[in-house]
Amino acid sequence: MSVAAIELIGVDKRFGTVHANRDIHLAIEKGTIHGIIGENGAGKSTLMSILYGFYQADSGEIRINGNATKISDPNAAIGMGIGMVHQHFMLVENFTVLENVMLGVEGAPLLKNGIAKARAELKRLEQEYELDVDPDALIEELPVGLQQRVEILKALYRGAEILVLDEPTGVLTPPEADHLFRILEQLRDQGKTIILITHKLREIMAATDNVSVMRQGSVVATRKTSETSVEELAELMVGRRVLLRVQKGEAQPGEVKLSVENLTVRDSRGVVMVDNASFNVRAGEIVGIAGVAGNGQSQLIETIAGIRAAVSGRVLLDGQLIDITGAADPGELRDRGLAHVPEDRHHMGLVLAFEEYENSILGYHDDPLYLKGPFLDIDAIKADARKKIEKYDIRPGDPNLKTANFSGGNQQKIVLAREIERDPGVLIIGQPTRGVDVGAIEFIHKRIIEMRDAGKAVLLVSVELDEIRSLSDRILVMFAGRIVGERDAEADEGELGCLMAGVEQLEAAQ
Amino acid sequence: MDSFVAILQLFDSTIRLSAPLLLACLAGLYSERAGIFDIGLEGKMLAGAFAAGAVATWYGSASLALIAAIAISVALGLVHGFASITHRGNQIVSGVAINFIAAGTTVILGQAWFHQGGRTPSLPNTARFNAINLPGAETLREVPIIGPIYFELISGHSILVYLAFLLVPFTWWVLYRTRFGLRLRAVGENPAAVDTAGISVPWLRYRAVICCGILCGIAGAYLATAQGAGFVKDMTAGKGYIALAALIFAKWRPVQAMYACLLFGFLDALGIRLQGQSLPLIGEVPVQLMQALPYILTIVLLAGFIGKAIPPKAGGVAYVKER
Repeated sequence: MSVAAIELIGVDKRFGTVHANRDIHLAIEKGTIHGIIGENGAGKSTLMSILYGFYQADSGEIRINGNATKISDPNAAIGMGIGMVHQHFMLVENFTVLENVMLGVEGAPLLKNGIAKARAELKRLEQEYELDVDPDALIEELPVGLQQRVEILKALYRGAEILVLDEPTGVLTPPEADHLFRILEQLRDQGKTIILITHKLREIMAATDNVSVMRQGSVVATRKTSETSVEELAELMVGRRVLLRVQKGEAQPGEVKLSVENLTVRDSRGVVMVDNASFNVRAGEIVGIAGVAGNGQSQLIETIAGIRAAVSGRVLLDGQLIDITGAADPGELRDRGLAHVPEDRHHMGLVLAFEEYENSILGYHDDPLYLKGPFLDIDAIKADARKKIEKYDIRPGDPNLKTANFSGGNQQKIVLAREIERDPGVLIIGQPTRGVDVGAIEFIHKRIIEMRDAGKAVLLVSVELDEIRSLSDRILVMFAGRIVGERDAEADEGELGCLMAGVEQLEAAQ
Repeated sequence: MDSFVAILQLFDSTIRLSAPLLLACLAGLYSERAGIFDIGLEGKMLAGAFAAGAVATWYGSASLALIAAIAISVALGLVHGFASITHRGNQIVSGVAINFIAAGTTVILGQAWFHQGGRTPSLPNTARFNAINLPGAETLREVPIIGPIYFELISGHSILVYLAFLLVPFTWWVLYRTRFGLRLRAVGENPAAVDTAGISVPWLRYRAVICCGILCGIAGAYLATAQGAGFVKDMTAGKGYIALAALIFAKWRPVQAMYACLLFGFLDALGIRLQGQSLPLIGEVPVQLMQALPYILTIVLLAGFIGKAIPPKAGGVAYVKER
């Protein structure tokens, strides 16, 4: 084995009482794609921030190409050929591609020469790595996949030999992710070293040569990707055996609980987001809606949940009409037994500045259970919150803690506990496991199956096709606002992918 | 011919009245483009005007007065920067505080030092920025059309007026043709992008705040030593806020800022011109209505006539490094 591109020796970092990185030893071979996998909070991002000079390690040594170095700030990291593609793009949205690439390495106080040089260099990189993107395009007008390409170009423009990608596929559709992996392979073949940080096992298996697993701040194992398996990695990540496939029996569908008829919804600009959608959800079944993000799934469930107005169509809950004119009161729908776990827990599901117990009754705060006369019965609410914390294993188990301080998975459990424990007849659930750890995913999936087995009607929306396939009893595919197909749970992944991409629509048009 | 001259004079006073607005508006542009909202333009201008009036009274020098105005305005800008950049305080609160401090302190110090009810003594012309007659103005004066335009409109302003209008192309050039400008625009949109590119966000923002202070100081000096002859209590009279409105109309762009300021200056000039005059059909226009015109226009335009004005995305938000 040649000299490692990066070697970390005994790197240790604490933030107050949190031991974010414990005595990390890690060697990353030059010219490989090295995956780092771990749950949220395992210390992956901290480790990479140390590598990029955002933080200083409390102790330990970093060697780049065998030389011990000190990385005091991002400039130093860039100088050593380390480039970072951040999870949230570090791009100026109303700048052109060229301006973004130049920012920080303009060359001289006047831009003129720098622009010419950057343009030439971009052209060269384009040809060398097939990373074509229009240098004069505005970032905000580019799709996310291309925006990410600009981030990669930024790093290469700065002469990066080692490229760190932090959760790069979080915002990408599956085809875009595959395309990214092809780009990474090409970069590797040209001799670059790539570090891929993710919590998705599928990506590790698909894209990496080696993989290191982090758990609670430590690197617990490093494997050759070809010599390990998804099951082993999952177990290493969580520290116990994990069931990756949901165990469930046959569905016992009963009467129709939720019925959607010819529903059409427009967004604020007047664009049709849901186009004449009709379907039923029966008691005791899970209906999954598959689709690439942005094809109307969000608008569909928001309309049913009473927080968005429809243009036309009807929605019936237990055979009774729901007001979908936008004047509906979501509170009234809750009283009628329709619970909604919104897709975006940060903006719609929780008030992050509230304490946990306050969020645990949000929307149900008018219930006499939680009231003492006109006032909130804080003791009763906290007692109720503690019960939910115990049942859903929400950590840390402190109802007085600010909600923002919980991890993504635990925040999601707070929302789920609130909605499921009301024992609704119909549960609408959007992106149940977005940004949630493997261990928590297993738990959440079990709860959803339990709801079904208890005879509830579940409408599930997720952009994770695997999740839709493993949970749903029936799958509806949405494309451009329309329900373009219905399949059963055994449907072929490729066939669903074609439906999601609107392939049949295109063929029909031709 | 009389009405031609009258119109020229109206435009002439438009230019005079626009100049301080334009300086303040460009000041705000530097600051807000870097993501620091500055409601304290008014206070900085007022403090600058007072400093200029006081120093001109003591030393009889307009240049020293200008330097003093810039110094005090930059100092107040740094206070705003210290509160909102270093300590991540609320930028609106900090700006309002500066306005209050300036409004109160200038009157108190003015009364204590000069005993004229908060104003500074009237300045002799030797201690002011006087009108400059551009070369050839007198000789060209008799040439029809061009002569009067050159003599009335273009020539005969103080150096600070010319400076204000020259700063428009200069600011455009800085913003779009220099490294500093690129970074300034970037830090107002996405400071994290600037930070990860290895550029110091606080230092960049402090420089923007200093630019803002310099321009507000010039605006203040203009009021006290060019347009007026000494400091008068509350002499900015809301110009800082009008400048902010102009900045929004202009969607934070320099050339458009000039047009917006000229429009406000014109309304102001028109208001003065029409005072006590009787118009056909309407009759005598109340002074108060004319004075209110710029504000009415602000509301009307902001209510939808200018389209959507999107402020710099990171404006008003302190930058905190992500953990």
